[in-house]
Amino acid sequence: MPVLSEENVPLVQRFFVFWDKVGILLAFLVVCVIFGMLNPVFFNPLNILNVIRQVSIIGVIAVGMTFVILLGGIDLSVGSVVAFAGIIAAGFQAKWGGNLFLSVVIPLLIGGGIGFMNGFVSTKGQLHPFIVTLGSMSIFRGATLLVAQGKPISGMSPAFRFIGAGMVGPIPFPVILFIGCVIVAGMVLKRTVFGRYIYAIGGNEEAALLSGIMVERYKIAAFTILGFLSGLSALILTSRLNSGELVAGQGYELDVIASVIIGGTSLMGGEGGVYGTLIGALLIGVVSNGLNLLGVQPYWQMIVKGLIVILAVLLDKLKRRFRTV
Amino acid sequence: MGEDDVILKFENVTKRFPGVLALDNVSFAIRKGEVHALVGENGAGKSTLIKIVTGVYQKTSGEVIFDGKPVHFLTPHEALRNGIAAIYQEFNLIPALTVAENIFMGHHFTRRNFIVDWGKMREEARKLMEFLDVDIDVDAQVRDLGVAKKQVVEIAKALSLNARVLIMDEPTATLAQKEIEGLFRIIRFLKGKGVTVIYISHRLEEIYEVCDRVTVLRDGRYVGTRNVKEIKVDEIIRMMVGREVVEKFPRVAHHAGEEVLRVENLTRHGVLENISFSVRKGEILGIAGMVGSGRTELLRAIYGLDPIDAGKIYVKGKEVHIHSPLEAINHGIALLPEERKTQGLVLLLSVLDNLGLPLLPSLSNRGFVDDKKLTAVAQDMVEHMNIKTPSLLQKTMYLSGGNQQKVVLGKWFARNCDIYLFDEPTRGIDVGAKIEIYHLMNKLIERGSTIVMVSSELPEILAMSDRILVMREGKVMGELTREEATKEAILQLALGRREEYARVE
Ligand SMILES: Nc1ncnc2c1ncn2[C@@H]1O[C@H](COP(=O)(O)OP(=O)(O)OP(=O)(O)O)[C@@H](O)[C@H]1O
Ligand SMILES: [Mg+2]
Repeated sequence: MPVLSEENVPLVQRFFVFWDKVGILLAFLVVCVIFGMLNPVFFNPLNILNVIRQVSIIGVIAVGMTFVILLGGIDLSVGSVVAFAGIIAAGFQAKWGGNLFLSVVIPLLIGGGIGFMNGFVSTKGQLHPFIVTLGSMSIFRGATLLVAQGKPISGMSPAFRFIGAGMVGPIPFPVILFIGCVIVAGMVLKRTVFGRYIYAIGGNEEAALLSGIMVERYKIAAFTILGFLSGLSALILTSRLNSGELVAGQGYELDVIASVIIGGTSLMGGEGGVYGTLIGALLIGVVSNGLNLLGVQPYWQMIVKGLIVILAVLLDKLKRRFRTV
Repeated sequence: MGEDDVILKFENVTKRFPGVLALDNVSFAIRKGEVHALVGENGAGKSTLIKIVTGVYQKTSGEVIFDGKPVHFLTPHEALRNGIAAIYQEFNLIPALTVAENIFMGHHFTRRNFIVDWGKMREEARKLMEFLDVDIDVDAQVRDLGVAKKQVVEIAKALSLNARVLIMDEPTATLAQKEIEGLFRIIRFLKGKGVTVIYISHRLEEIYEVCDRVTVLRDGRYVGTRNVKEIKVDEIIRMMVGREVVEKFPRVAHHAGEEVLRVENLTRHGVLENISFSVRKGEILGIAGMVGSGRTELLRAIYGLDPIDAGKIYVKGKEVHIHSPLEAINHGIALLPEERKTQGLVLLLSVLDNLGLPLLPSLSNRGFVDDKKLTAVAQDMVEHMNIKTPSLLQKTMYLSGGNQQKVVLGKWFARNCDIYLFDEPTRGIDVGAKIEIYHLMNKLIERGSTIVMVSSELPEILAMSDRILVMREGKVMGELTREEATKEAILQLALGRREEYARVE
């Protein structure tokens, strides 16, 4: 079969092939340069670390969400899981004996357990995860208020505070956690059987099933991972705030899903990856930070974020269209 | 040939995809009112050419001249409005709507421009059915129709728009023998009415039944156009593959060993009834029958995809209970599904990833995929099966239909299984590749596997099977040995014996 060199391919197609690979990275760099030019403080190392530290709370969850969206699923309950796991952590710190081990492990297990239930109910019950997790979103917000009896729980031990506020040399500990998650997840997706199966199931569930893949098991696993990482995010947040807040994590689902989508993972499943998510999360963080530095009213941030999401999805759609024509 | 009897003309049509030259300066003409066959190996560019005419793809260069004028349709809708309709293998019908609604989808009859005129629509639909001389209830929901009838609805839809050129891309691939004859009758009839038909098929014998002329493409290039009456099938094949092809069914005899699979009184209410059979090591058991006779369902039930209500399955003498494909695979059973796009492939993934799918656990180390081994196995399969792809990393969505099928096959060949359940293994595959697949089947048998093959192609099932099970309405109607099996014997069982018909009526 005649094979062509790259030059003969039409320009639009080449653009989208190119965009597919590095488009989001490029957009991210352009945004950074613009903010940097408008306000030099932006490129101050302290500011950069600050942005990444803020991003890591959302980013850790977004790593898990990438798995779920790759499988063609969605999880709206992450924000409530953060609140619930966070209040439990705060409880173990400030009310129920102050044991460090328990206040770290129990919230993680609770997060993983909720994720498992979300996955279990939606696969075994054949319900759309949108509905199931919409339910758990409400359930665990309520549970948070119940456990806290309407009042935030504060007063964390110094050891616990390290999770969210500690530094390893010049680098904030949450950043290390976040980047660690990205690297591990990237490796899992690319190199392991589990990762390859995620793409196969997201791309064509029936073909995956016929190839002998236990589709349900992997779906439940993805939700469990997401739940677990939401628990981790809860630890970072609670530790940083030095308090289990009732409204913690509110609206997180939006930022998390936006990070994944902006990062190029398809809502239909089967395409994308966690490095895109990293950039997506950073882009959202940078936009908030940049606008802050410029003194733009916070309300604008929400509007801009929404526009970016729509633009990202639009580009994804165009990419799909042009790769066949 | 006079210019005025040409309806569609290609002039140096070229189409490039990233990394692939799908059509390379193709020029030929199609005459008004003829049935023109378009043939070629998998990946030759047939579908691409058609999609350029209908505006699904845009050509890179060249001209398409329709009715004397250069045309450049941007969407299938535009082509349709100008009188060119195409019927693809995947139907574009809406299952929940009625036949009449589907036919007039997009150009409903209305009263005062906004109220749907149901009466008129049904009447016109009925007229179309009468015109085509077929018996289809225009109020039936399309989802309740069989493949053949769905196809007729597609044809009616095209006619309702006064299509003057009707393109059919592998229309008989999913039809049973009798239904194919019905389709041919319609094609001849349309030809009588002056409609031009472009007919793509890998079954060359069909071309002699309905086509006037045949054009051959090879590797994206135009090879030639001939009058069907003046060319032998061997010659067409030679033009297609560029060399001589000898045996069509290279069946090698082997002696059968011990029993490997036995099915006893398998029943799934309303679908399968009391199915019993057994296959031995080194055997090929063919399963024949009309489309919808329960053959696919039988394979699915054995593979653990559909629950069974009664009956027993024995693998190598031991009773097994299979509830999922994974369990089937662990018992050494592999299924090659019928619908490659929806069941066989992950279109978004590469050739490499698809080939590796059932193999990953064995090609991995503590959960990590051994990419080197995987690539080696995949490369081997690509060469073995002659899969045409620019690279192992090409997404399977960009392969031609036949090459996709080869990937599905390759996936299972690479894994050593005891029992292969094949559902229409050579559907949509070109002659050369078919023979390669038969060779591979022989190899499987030689290495000690057993094959159960569902096929609607009688010559294939007759030539390749040791025994043939004929099914009808979920029941086994009879079993024929290699010696007893003839086309007539199979058809008689598949259609229900004539005597029985006589008694009922
Ligand atoms: N959208 C696409 N992107 C990239 N390559 C493509 C695309 N569509 C088709 N091709 C390539 O173009 C070539 C011609 O494909 P085409 O589908 O026209 O073949 P075909 O003659 O219809 O084959 P078959 O008999 O297998 O259906 C193949 O090599 C195929 O891989
Ligand atoms: Mg084709």
